[in-house]
Amino acid sequence: MIDRRDLLKGAGMAALLGGLGATRALAEDSVTLPFANGERPLVKVPQKRPMIGLTSRPPQLETPFGVFNDGVITPNNAFFVRYHLANLPYDLDPDKFTLEIKGKVDKPLRLSLKDIRKMKATEIVAVNQCSGNSRGFFEPRVAGGQLGNGAMGNARWRGVPLKAVLEMAGVQAGARQVTFNGMDGPVIDKTPDFVKALDLDHAMNGEVMLAYGMNGEDLPFLNGFPLRLIVPGYYGTYWVKHLNEITVIDSVFDGFWMKSAYRIPDTPNNAVEPGTAPKATIPINRFTVRSFITSVSEGAKLKAGTVTLRGIAFDGGSGIKQVAVSTDGGQSWTDANLGKDLGKYSFREWKLPVKLAAGSHDLKVRATSNAGETQPETPRWNPAGYLRNVVETVRVTAA
Amino acid sequence: MQRTSLLLAALAVGLGCLAGSPISLTAAPVNYKVPQETAAFKPGPDLAVVQGNCAACHSADYIKTQPPMKNKKEFWQAEVTKMIKVYGAPINEADVGKIVDYLAATY
Repeated sequence: MIDRRDLLKGAGMAALLGGLGATRALAEDSVTLPFANGERPLVKVPQKRPMIGLTSRPPQLETPFGVFNDGVITPNNAFFVRYHLANLPYDLDPDKFTLEIKGKVDKPLRLSLKDIRKMKATEIVAVNQCSGNSRGFFEPRVAGGQLGNGAMGNARWRGVPLKAVLEMAGVQAGARQVTFNGMDGPVIDKTPDFVKALDLDHAMNGEVMLAYGMNGEDLPFLNGFPLRLIVPGYYGTYWVKHLNEITVIDSVFDGFWMKSAYRIPDTPNNAVEPGTAPKATIPINRFTVRSFITSVSEGAKLKAGTVTLRGIAFDGGSGIKQVAVSTDGGQSWTDANLGKDLGKYSFREWKLPVKLAAGSHDLKVRATSNAGETQPETPRWNPAGYLRNVVETVRVTAA
Repeated sequence: MQRTSLLLAALAVGLGCLAGSPISLTAAPVNYKVPQETAAFKPGPDLAVVQGNCAACHSADYIKTQPPMKNKKEFWQAEVTKMIKVYGAPINEADVGKIVDYLAATY
């Protein structure tokens, strides 16, 4: 049901779509992302507010960037959607849903949603970000989903630790990895099913979670209802939706979506010379550190004087140590004030009042993580269009 | 947050009526409905061959949203090869050239 707030948002979509990267509305029902061939429809599907439509089958939806200025928690109805394979479990029955835990375990399990909800629940605030978020900005351009910066979101996930379920089943000696399969699958048998794997140590770290709740509600259908994997700090490819099959194995999983897809160069910074292929690759893993200005959008005309800039920052799980802002194109930097700490996997809000004289200004923001990682001045490149984290620039004019 | 009563939830058809409510309390399958697909392939040579081979697994916007590349033929040849070799698309050898030509000429 669309509430009044949503209707207002819909009406104000043109304004909201501003945000970083100069998304601008062409008309009420479409937007243009700021790269070549960036025209996208605004689409409305059940449980979602109008979203930037990338593809319709399987559905892929990007969050309008203005949403990120509304708060550090991304609302469920604005959270991005990414699928690979078009056979979605549209008719799944939550009462009949079961999660199977099998393979190298002492006691294979089949748990209902009720069984899982009866277990001791935990919560974590964590960012989910698509590996290909911001792919449209790669230069030279690369094939794949051409996303702006809206394939990310931050939510409070509720569920049970994967560790608890694996301990119930009893992991056997010699186990090496755990694989995850969801109810969504390929249209034809020859297409590899979407199955992902984590090392056993990672799966047992107590943070990886089987989530049924998102921001105090059930997961929206398109975000994995009724159960999805939460892998804090890791790219969304691991966050398997409609999760119904967990298998403990004594080898390194060699399925297509681990062995061939979602690979990054095995080089320093996981980058290669633009336009070239890496010699060796590894599976994509933790997020790179990123930050965004959310309060002003590309091309904005502001009143000269003091303006409070605001935005978000996050990294792959060490937490944000520092956010610095430049109003002169990167010549000088001032530390921003960090907002409330919702945990090391969450978006971290930042704010900074700055004085803008009349004229044009290149506003930049740069985050540094507790692990010491910071954002590069020039974009790093890899052939799949992953890991983008260049220092972002928003050009504004003050008068 | 709006909470729909159990009765309403049981009566409701489709998730559109249930956004924000605890759907796991429903006693029925979710029956999620996506809107009718509107993305279409652009007119071009051998359009029927393209529709017949590509649309089984994905909508036309997968093609339409790809970036404008310098060497279109090379780009689309690589994409079609990927669909066959990696994703197992059952495309007849005779159709491959037609599909690549259509894509390079149309997108």
